[in-house]
Amino acid sequence: MWTYIKMLEFPVNIKTTSATLATAIISQLGGPDGEKGASVRYLSQRYAMPDKRVAGVLTDIGTEELGHEEMVATIITQLTKNLTMDEIEKSGFYQYYVDHTTGVYPVSAAGVPFSVATIQSTGDPITDLHEDLAAEQKARLTYDNILRLCKDEPDVYEAIKFLRAREMVHYQRFGESLRMMIPIISMLSILHLIKVQPVCNIRFARLYTDLQRKTAKAVANPVPSLVSKT
Amino acid sequence: MEKMCKEDLMKLIQSTNFTVIELGLYLDTHPNCPCGLSAYEDYSKKLKRAVDIYERKFGPLTIHGVDSDTEWAWVMTPWPWQKGCDC
Repeated sequence: MWTYIKMLEFPVNIKTTSATLATAIISQLGGPDGEKGASVRYLSQRYAMPDKRVAGVLTDIGTEELGHEEMVATIITQLTKNLTMDEIEKSGFYQYYVDHTTGVYPVSAAGVPFSVATIQSTGDPITDLHEDLAAEQKARLTYDNILRLCKDEPDVYEAIKFLRAREMVHYQRFGESLRMMIPIISMLSILHLIKVQPVCNIRFARLYTDLQRKTAKAVANPVPSLVSKT
Repeated sequence: MEKMCKEDLMKLIQSTNFTVIELGLYLDTHPNCPCGLSAYEDYSKKLKRAVDIYERKFGPLTIHGVDSDTEWAWVMTPWPWQKGCDC
């Protein structure tokens, strides 16, 4: 369940329009490494995540990405407000304009419509977390390229700088999430050695929670032989 | 907070909301950190207070905060991407 908050995560108030800049920035909405892909990716992957803390990371970052989608769409809307026909024809924006006028439609900068073919949800927690780390770096790189294009537009620059910084924080949290899953990696290696292959996700999740419970029990009740007899 | 103008109060809400989101992400991977937990408590209290004042004075921020007798206030203030919205 979600609740909408009638505000942006970070303020966007753009005074000067720029059709060229809008054509570039729209890639962070519907492009291969954009915010829409990010939210769909994390909010789809969380159902296969056996660790409650990591499922929380995916839920909360996926939710924040929805807010970033709104910020990027707001930047596009404000950059294309009251454009003149002359500006539309000269900027190259006419290729978008002919199909969508100044409506917000999720496409990449090159005009390729948004596709979930650019994301993955594998049902394997370790694989998904590696995908997420890569996704944050790809989005950070796209923002770096956008920052080079908008250095003369301070209103746009500040909002893009904020979005770029969030990619770094998310990368950090996914790194910690992966580290939390190390017990799983070790367990999988042992299972592989004794030729037991956990194939289905439900079985995998059960094994994981079982392992967590046993570890907690072992910490609470140390093995008798290890306890000093005095 | 009570005497703040609409723009300043919105800025305060946005920055406090951001701090709460950021602390939330941190606590997801550090659920037992005492500093994180106490900072979260402080900022979420501050956010709740600021949102209560804003909604009472300037209009709803979520669909749960609508106070309407004669008209549905949720759709009477501009949306974040529209002109006249200070966020």
